[in-house]
Order: sequence, then C-alpha cells, then structure tokens
Amino acid sequence: MEEKNIQEEGSCCNCMDEKLEKELDEILEKYTNSKDNLIQILNEVQIKYGYIPQIAQRKISEYLGIPMAEIYGVITFYSRFTLKPKGKYAISVCLGTACFVKGSEKIMERLKQRLNISEGETTPDGKFSIDATRCVGACGIAPVFTVNGEVYGKATVKKLDEVLDSLQ
Amino acid sequence: MSEEKMINLKIDNKDVRVPEGTTILEAARKVNIDIPTLCFLKEINEVGDCRMCITEVEGRRGFATSCIQKVEEGMVVHTNSPAVIEARRTILDLILSNHHRDCLTCVRNGNCELQSLAQKLNMTDIRYDGVKNEYEIDELSPSIVRDFNKCILCRRCVATCKKVQKIGAIDTTQRGFSSCISTVGNNSLNDVNCTFCGQCIENCPTGALHEKESIEEVWKKLKDPETYVVVQTAPAVRVALGEEFGMPIGTNATGKMVNALKCLGFDKVFDTNTGADFTIMEEGTEFVKRFKENDNLPMITSCSPGWVKYIEMNYPENLKHLSSCKSPHEMFGALIKTYYAEKENIDPAKIYVVSVMPCIAKKFERQREEMKENGLYDVDAVLTTRELARMIKSANIEFTELEDEAFDDPMGEATGAGAIFGVTGGVMEAALRSVSEILTGKELEKIDFEEVRGQTGIKRATIKIGDNEIKVVVAHGLGNAQTIMEEIKQGKADYQFVEIMACPGGCIMGGGQPIKSSKTRMTVDVRKKRADAMYTIDEKSKIRKSHENPVLQKIYQDYLGEPGGHKAHEILHTHYTEREKYRI
Ligand code: SF4
Ligand code: SF4
Ligand code: SF4
Ligand code: FES
Ligand code: FES
Repeated sequence: MEEKNIQEEGSCCNCMDEKLEKELDEILEKYTNSKDNLIQILNEVQIKYGYIPQIAQRKISEYLGIPMAEIYGVITFYSRFTLKPKGKYAISVCLGTACFVKGSEKIMERLKQRLNISEGETTPDGKFSIDATRCVGACGIAPVFTVNGEVYGKATVKKLDEVLDSLQ
Repeated sequence: MSEEKMINLKIDNKDVRVPEGTTILEAARKVNIDIPTLCFLKEINEVGDCRMCITEVEGRRGFATSCIQKVEEGMVVHTNSPAVIEARRTILDLILSNHHRDCLTCVRNGNCELQSLAQKLNMTDIRYDGVKNEYEIDELSPSIVRDFNKCILCRRCVATCKKVQKIGAIDTTQRGFSSCISTVGNNSLNDVNCTFCGQCIENCPTGALHEKESIEEVWKKLKDPETYVVVQTAPAVRVALGEEFGMPIGTNATGKMVNALKCLGFDKVFDTNTGADFTIMEEGTEFVKRFKENDNLPMITSCSPGWVKYIEMNYPENLKHLSSCKSPHEMFGALIKTYYAEKENIDPAKIYVVSVMPCIAKKFERQREEMKENGLYDVDAVLTTRELARMIKSANIEFTELEDEAFDDPMGEATGAGAIFGVTGGVMEAALRSVSEILTGKELEKIDFEEVRGQTGIKRATIKIGDNEIKVVVAHGLGNAQTIMEEIKQGKADYQFVEIMACPGGCIMGGGQPIKSSKTRMTVDVRKKRADAMYTIDEKSKIRKSHENPVLQKIYQDYLGEPGGHKAHEILHTHYTEREKYRI
C-alpha cells in the first residue's frame, strides 16, 4: 500500500501537469502505437525524469491501448524503472556477489540508518535516494557504492560517512 | 473434412489414441486418468507455470509439464510414479509455506483446489515453513474482496480479466518473493477499471477472491419483527443453486429454493422473472419507438450492470445507445416499494428488498444513486447464489430433502420469456417475441428464435417482422462487447438491436454463481447444462411471452398506465453517467 502516496506525486499542480503532458506527447509522437514500444517509451521517460510519473503511465496506457495494471507490472518488474523521483544525490550500493561477500550489506545498513529511509526511497527533502544494484563491473575494488554514477571503491562505513558529510 | 492425424501412446500402461495436438493432460483425462493441476484453466490459462501437472515420460530427462506438453507417437507416460508424487509434494510445500492456511474460516473451505490438492497429496506438515507475505485485504468495493494472503500466483484471474474480458484491471506486479497480483499503484479494485463482472472469482482456485458478503445484514433484518423482508430470485439462480448441495449441474431447483427461502423467514418470496417480463415490456416498447423514429440505433440492452459500468468507463460518448430500462431486479424492487406497498398498505420505508443474484456487479448497481424511489433504494441487499447457499447451510436446512413450493402471489407468476433472461440471447429472444407481436399485431407462429441461442461469442441475425427486417446482434463476455463497441464507434454498425451481457454465457455463468473447479470445467460443459435447464423452464411455461403475463397486464392497468408511459418511466427507467476509469 506504500506506493499510494507516490502515485499522487506529479498531480499536485495543474500547470506542472500541462507542461508534463506536453512533453510526454512529444515523446509518444516519436513512437508508433505498437505495444512492442512499451519498454522503449518507459526507458525514455525514466531517463528524462528519473522516474515514471503516474501521468506518464496513464498516457502510455491510452496511447498503446495497454491497461495501466500491465504497465505498472512492467515498471515494478524491472529495477531500472522507478515510481518516484530519485534524490539530488542518487546513491546506489552494490549488492552483487563480490561486494556482498566483502560486506556491502553493512554499508547499505548504515546508509539506511543515516538517511532514515529504505531502499527505493527518497528523503522527504528530495536530497538523497537509496537503491541497491547488482554488479556494476567494479568487483576489483569491491565493495562499492555510487553517487550519481560516480564509483567509490573499497568502501567502508567510515568512508561512506565522510562522503555523506561532504554532500550535506 | 480433413483427416485428423492420430497419435498412439501409453499412459500408465493404458493404450491411448488421440488426435495430434492433444496435450498429455487431455489425453489422460480421456481415459479417466486424473493428473492434478493448479494454474491450468482450459482455453483461458494454458501457460505451464505451476508445474503441478508434471509427469514422467520414458527416455526423457526431467519431468514433462502435461498441461502444455503435446503427445507424441509411441510416448510412454507415467503420471503417478513415486518421483512424480514426491516432486508434486515439494511444489505444493513451497506454495503452502507462503499461504495463510486458515481453511476453517475461509470462504472456499470445501471447494478449494489448493485444499483438495493438499488433502490428496497427504500434506500433513509443511517442511519449508518460512517467512510469509502479509497483504492488506482490499474490501473497499461494494462487490469484490481481494485477499492476496490466499493467492498462489496461478494467474488464472489475470488471464480471465485480460484475455477473456479484455479489461486488464489486475496483473502480475513486482518480482521474486514480492511478486503479487495487483492493480495499478496497488490501488483498490474500487478505484480502477474493474467492472465487477466477477469472472476472476469464478476462475480463482482459492479463497483469494470472493464477493463482498451481505449475509450479516440480511440475517439482521430477518430477525427484526419491524421489517418486512421481501426476497426475489433471478432467473439463473434456480438452475445453479442445487450444485452447492451436490445436485447435478443443470438441475432446476426452483421449488426447493422457494421453500428454503420461506424456511429462512422471508416474508414474501417473489420471482425476478416477473421483473424481467416488465423489462421486456419497457425495453420492447422503447425499441419499437426508437426503431420507428430511427432514434439512436442500435439500441443496446442495459440489464447487465457489469456491462453498464464498462460502457460508462470505456465508451461514454456512446451511452445514448443504451436502453434507459433499469435491470429486472431493480424494476421489481421499485415496484415492490411502490405498487405493492400501496396495495398491501405497508410503509415502503419498512420494506427491505433482498435480491438473490448470480452476479456481483448487482451489488454495485444496487447502491447507485439513480436506483432510488422517493429516497429509498429499490433494492436493499444483493446476495449471490453462493451466499444464499451459505445461509441455507447455516440454517441447517436439508436442501435436497425439501418439498417444492411456489412463489408468492400476486407477483409470483412469470413467463418463459422472463426465464431465459439468464442466458446469452435470452433477453433478445424474449424481446423479439413481444416486439414482433407489438409491431405486427399478429400472433407469432414460431416463438423460438434459434438464431440468437448458443454459445458463439457474437451472434448476428436478421429477423423478419412483418414488412420490416431487423438486424440484431448478441454478444456475451466483455471482450466481445468491445468488438461491438468498436464497430459502433467506427460507424460500421448496420444493426438496430444489440444484447450485451458482461459474463461469457450470460448470467448462468455470472460472477456470483457456484464455482466449478478447473477439472470439472475441462470435463463438463457447465454453460450448456445450465443453459439447457433455462430453456426447459421456458418450454414448460404456460405463458411464454411477456406481454401476455396477466400479472403485468393488471399492474399496468391498475397502476403504471401505458408501457413506456410517464409513470412507468419514473419507476422503471434510469440514466447513465460517464465514469472515470482510474480514480487514482
Ligand atoms: S484458500 Fe483454500 S487452502 Fe487456502 S485457506 Fe482457503 S480453503 Fe484453505
Ligand atoms: S471483476 Fe471482472 S473486471 Fe474486475 S478484476 Fe475481476 S475479471 Fe477483471
Ligand atoms: S487471485 Fe486466485 S486466480 Fe488470481 S493468481 Fe491468485 S490464486 Fe490465482
Ligand atoms: S559485485 Fe559489486 S561491483 Fe561486481
Ligand atoms: S503447469 Fe500444468 S497445471 Fe500448472
């Protein structure tokens, strides 16, 4: 039920909605209304907004003739799609095998504790968000976490704290 | 006819010969060998997901999934080897480990495919008992409750909703351990594009989906001496209720049903079939007028509330095509609280009307604001056929032992036309019987309109009435309704009269009817048996045309005036509104 609030996101202000709708129309125009385009459209929206707003889900549903439940199913199936905006600093902790063995779980725990949010969530001030990723191809310097794509290797709880402090 | 290629194989040492393309499961059932299934539902969900139906095929590594694996020449299959049984038990163990196993207090206790499998496979303890998912129960809608703590992810509901009904209100969401069947944004079914057709309930093997019960309210009113409790039963209930008490599918249990309702303490037991006769009078009159004036044709029937909600959400610009008639039980409820109350000198505010229906969308319809007369709802509670069976069981009534009883006067007598309302094509046929005679003023020679009977999803026919030719269409199941609506939308409709029912097969297969297991549905034609029972009731009726029903004639004469007239409109007609598909 937790998703409920998130779904309201993006419908708070009419003028914002209008702008968003116009942009979404522009995105949709690039594609034919074949159902096969769903993933690509979602991808483009995710990249542009950092998440898939509910209005986008609704518009894509109308455009492709796919029920919203199915689109929601696809979004929640793939970890690269998200239902809420990422924070200004999007932090990902690798939970791939190599990192996990080297204790990346502890880093995740610490991160959640410091920011007081769970995986997949964003702090109320919109500053930080946490995600778990699988192997990011930096096993040599495991464990790793990333901030907006920048990789921090041989991570420790202490190092995480330092990085977080520098971002405050 | 092209020759079918036949395949020979051995299943559990029996020689079997079946056409090419048959699955192992079907081939086995032909020779009475039962292979257990869970996710399989004939023609609806044939995906091979749960692996409960595995069998061993000699010379092959691994198990064969018998519900999707096609037979091959010379195959030797073992359906019950110790290895197979052990594997099935492991699969079931994993399912049960994440299942709220409170069978004793579950609505499906005694009619659950999961429960009977556990019993069959002798699951006396659960080996992998681990963490369980905890889901909030969704009971916000007036019609349907979803309890995903009982869900085994077979996806039969998803296939039904998406492929048969073409709605897609629910789908598989999340993944891995979090995987669950849900709506967009995990919202209540009340706030999304669900039509409350209830077909998902009919197809769910477990207690994860069921109707929103009204039993408690009804007991309460039955206990209250101040309330005059009237019950009416829909045409389709009588041909299915017996199944809940072990009677064969297709038994007409009208007399026992009436007796049981009297035992339960209802003050009056009336027949919705009479309501259906009123619907025919009103709808027939409306059609004749619209046909003559070429006004908003085609006219579409409006007695299926799941269908009405569907068109309100999906084709609001075409609402003008709907007949303005209320559905039969609403018409009848309205008459009970007006005509009958006046006649019997009872305060309508003290009358409580209960409708026993094969349908869960009627629960939604009942509480629509339009379904009111002088501030009182036409109908106060809707019970499904299943709920009535539960009440009869609670009261310890030996249903099968009951004597037959007749509906109460003065509204008890109904025609055969009213009876067939419960089956696809029935409303059309009943209407045509009356429309013909109204239009031509002559008696029909043949009153059976075979063209609109049968199970084809969309039936089209041209009916000659006097000098007129009327093109009619009958569609059942919302997937087929969509096809018709698209034709209308694109201006391709060359027909004048359309009957639509939300449930495939019509009300006899409604979302409130007794639930049949996947196995029963694979081996018995439930639809046909129930439909045949309805047509037999029609054939045996003394009067088979609605406009000849003396009860109706009297009520029109004494109270309503002309069919389609002012008073009739006030009490028996309604209007529709555009509805948002997603209120999220
Ligand atoms: S769904 Fe079936 S197995 Fe589960 S609690 Fe209900 S009756 Fe028992
Ligand atoms: S009631 Fe009908 S529309 Fe609603 S979820 Fe079930 S099958 Fe879909
Ligand atoms: S709700 Fe019922 S039909 Fe749907 S997936 Fe769960 S168990 Fe299967
Ligand atoms: S496992 Fe973390 S980078 Fe490979
Ligand atoms: S895989 Fe055959 S019944 Fe589920």
